[in-house]
Amino acid sequence: MSRETALDDSADATDAALRQILQDVLGISAERAASVGADTGLFGHLPELDSMAVAGLLTEIEDRLAIVIEDDEVDGEMLETYGGLLEFVRAKCDAG
Amino acid sequence: MIAGWTSPSGEEFALTFDRDRTKRVLVLPAWFDESNKVRRLTVEVMRRLDGAGVDTILPDLPGCNESEIPLETQTIASWRAAAQAAADEFSATHVLAIRAGAILAPDLPGWRYATVNGSQVLRAMLRARTIAAREAGREETRDGLLETGRREGLELAGYRLGAEMIGELETAEPTDLPQQRKIAHADIGGAALWLRAEPDHDAAQADALAAILSMELLA
Repeated sequence: MSRETALDDSADATDAALRQILQDVLGISAERAASVGADTGLFGHLPELDSMAVAGLLTEIEDRLAIVIEDDEVDGEMLETYGGLLEFVRAKCDAG
Repeated sequence: MIAGWTSPSGEEFALTFDRDRTKRVLVLPAWFDESNKVRRLTVEVMRRLDGAGVDTILPDLPGCNESEIPLETQTIASWRAAAQAAADEFSATHVLAIRAGAILAPDLPGWRYATVNGSQVLRAMLRARTIAAREAGREETRDGLLETGRREGLELAGYRLGAEMIGELETAEPTDLPQQRKIAHADIGGAALWLRAEPDHDAAQADALAAILSMELLA
């Protein structure tokens, strides 16, 4: 339950889109994607998520959510956990 | 089977399902990192077309797969010439171009599946390199890398690309050939395999793509 409280409005569209992208990139089931929590580790935690896969992930986020992610915005913190990435993408969507 | 063919830059191999049938599809693969991720789908589509009575030929692009030519010497122009040479040598009647493969497609009837242009390919690889550099504690920028790349070539995602190739990638677009029909990934369904962190396969996607081609080829 703690992860639902950590992502307090986890049912929103950005969260759903991001989970779908993660599901597509990692080739995991919808159930596993739904079980990803704010503190689930991404880059540096999942061996299959290498730099090329992250590059693909970011490009897909740009395409599906109609945002542009600059290279200097990409850092370890935003990529380290699902919560970090979601927070970054939400801020980008709000700014756009 | 594996067949030999001659590109303008030397001898190359091709994976073929060749039984001298009348419909012969030249398959132009996805590029670089994507080529590994989409290779099984590509070959599974070929296997299905073989079952449907259609020959297919998947040439190695010079500098890729079994090719002994250094990739660094290759350009989009040399790859286009190679694709044309393969089409001629194998007497292809059609072409199936996958992803960036559409940039090389000779003027034959056929299909382009989930096309991307050169700048999209380059952008993804530059991004991967800047992310890897940052992880290793080095600071590299896309603009800085591009500048170096245009001058002396660049290694991206493990592929050593020459300066001319880098420059060409920035603007390369699939040529507009009206006899080639676009197939969007949405027409196939499922999660795009080139996005997958590890190479994977989806039989339903191979079925769908092969069904589109065979219905139109055998109509």
